[in-house]
Amino acid sequence: MLIAATVAILVVMIMSIIRAIMGPTFYDRILAVNMFGTKTVLLISLLGFVMGRPEFLDIAIVYALINFISVIGVLHYSDSSVFKRGSQQKK
Amino acid sequence: MDSLLNISSALFLLIGSFLCISGGVGILRFPDFYTRMHAAGVTDTLATAMILIGLMLQNPDGLVILKLMMILLMTLIISPTASHALASAAVHNNLMPELDKKEDNEKVTSSNP
Amino acid sequence: MKDLFAVIMLSGIYGLLSASFFVAMDAVDVAFTEASVGAGISTLLMLAAITMTGRSEHPVRHKPVLALAVVIVTGSLLIYGTLDMPYFGSAEAPVHQHVAPRYINDSMQEVGVPNIVTSVLASYRGFDTFGEVVVIFTAGMGVLALLSVVRHPKGVAGDIEEIDSLNKSMHEEHLILRIVAKMLIPFILLFALYVQFHGDYGPGGGFQAGVIFAAAIILYTMLFGMSTARRVINQSLIQLFAAIGVLVYGSVGVISLLEGKHFLDYSALSADPVAGQHLGILLIELGVGITVASVMVIIFFNFAGRKDDQQNKENNES
Repeated sequence: MLIAATVAILVVMIMSIIRAIMGPTFYDRILAVNMFGTKTVLLISLLGFVMGRPEFLDIAIVYALINFISVIGVLHYSDSSVFKRGSQQKK
Repeated sequence: MDSLLNISSALFLLIGSFLCISGGVGILRFPDFYTRMHAAGVTDTLATAMILIGLMLQNPDGLVILKLMMILLMTLIISPTASHALASAAVHNNLMPELDKKEDNEKVTSSNP
Repeated sequence: MKDLFAVIMLSGIYGLLSASFFVAMDAVDVAFTEASVGAGISTLLMLAAITMTGRSEHPVRHKPVLALAVVIVTGSLLIYGTLDMPYFGSAEAPVHQHVAPRYINDSMQEVGVPNIVTSVLASYRGFDTFGEVVVIFTAGMGVLALLSVVRHPKGVAGDIEEIDSLNKSMHEEHLILRIVAKMLIPFILLFALYVQFHGDYGPGGGFQAGVIFAAAIILYTMLFGMSTARRVINQSLIQLFAAIGVLVYGSVGVISLLEGKHFLDYSALSADPVAGQHLGILLIELGVGITVASVMVIIFFNFAGRKDDQQNKENNES
């Protein structure tokens, strides 16, 4: 059962990478990267259980926090004046 | 008792993977950014919760359960906040959702028996 | 690819994939470091950097054919050189016959720390780690030397009014994020301390802990504004801390010298050699953690503070 769950999560990660490459707008790509990050947290926890090493859970906690901080960072820096100048030129 | 734990853990893992895959399919097939965010945000949190509860039932060992509960609690707080941040940034930068037009709605309701 | 933003996000995903490779190869510590540094802090620092440089790459004037040829020739020579080496992970390689069994068999008696990676990093190869810490410190000094922000000589009252007005105007839409961040940041800082001191028994250690600590401070800075963060974390105090970390590491080595043994030989630190090893590893990991956290914060403050000063100048001029 654990292995089936791992395979399912790998499939979903591939789907989110497809959306990250395809997504027409910029926010689609950030959404896909965020989803990739949370699925990675699950993947690391499951792999830890499959291989019998519960120390991987520390990595899962760190990665959940880092993913959150990175998404907030990307959003914050996409609001700055440099990017607003770019989008105003496009309009 | 052991087999009950095993069966319930397998059940939670199964529900979790099903939700995860449906979220993945949703993010590929929905037409608009805001609908895709529904798919990603809702299924992210719920699938993570189900899979983590399934893992907790599988190995009742003190420290591991504590760490899994920490990951669960953090995901419950972080994931909706990230969705909110993403949506408010998109609205703030004038990304409009696709709405139905009024004439299309009236045509549909008048043509349906 | 011309859009640097997309390049940064793709490099973040690449860092994450390599962390997953390390997890699949059962190397927990390396995966930890790669996930926190490669996928986390590098993305944030590069984002802060491209706000200063602009979003797209300059068009290249000529095709770099000569550079491509040199790279291909050098790469193929290197690959040809490695064909003679034994296969990856084979049992006859000299690493697996002489070096690895010594560490795996003797580490518990000589150093007494369950995590072999920490014992190799901090005790058997302590000199290399000292070099890494000095390199990180030098990088921080380089950023300071090149990008140090000149502060406006304003009075204290003027500063506080400006800070309050900036806080209210620019960041009020972040209300939900601010409340959640107030809940999360103490937890992240506490987790960084846990990773720092748990490095003896599980994955962790100084580098990862410093990076997580710096990530918490970067989150605070992004959500609450640069001026509030400058009031919370004094710039000169952080520079002092960066130097203190390297100094702690160096003094452990010098104390061993003064006791009559080699530089960084921890058995000189206490009567029982294994207890000396424990104390030595604790102190140097602390030094590493302090330096890494301070240098990351210094680099981020310099990148982000410059952008804020540019914005302030534009707001004052317009």
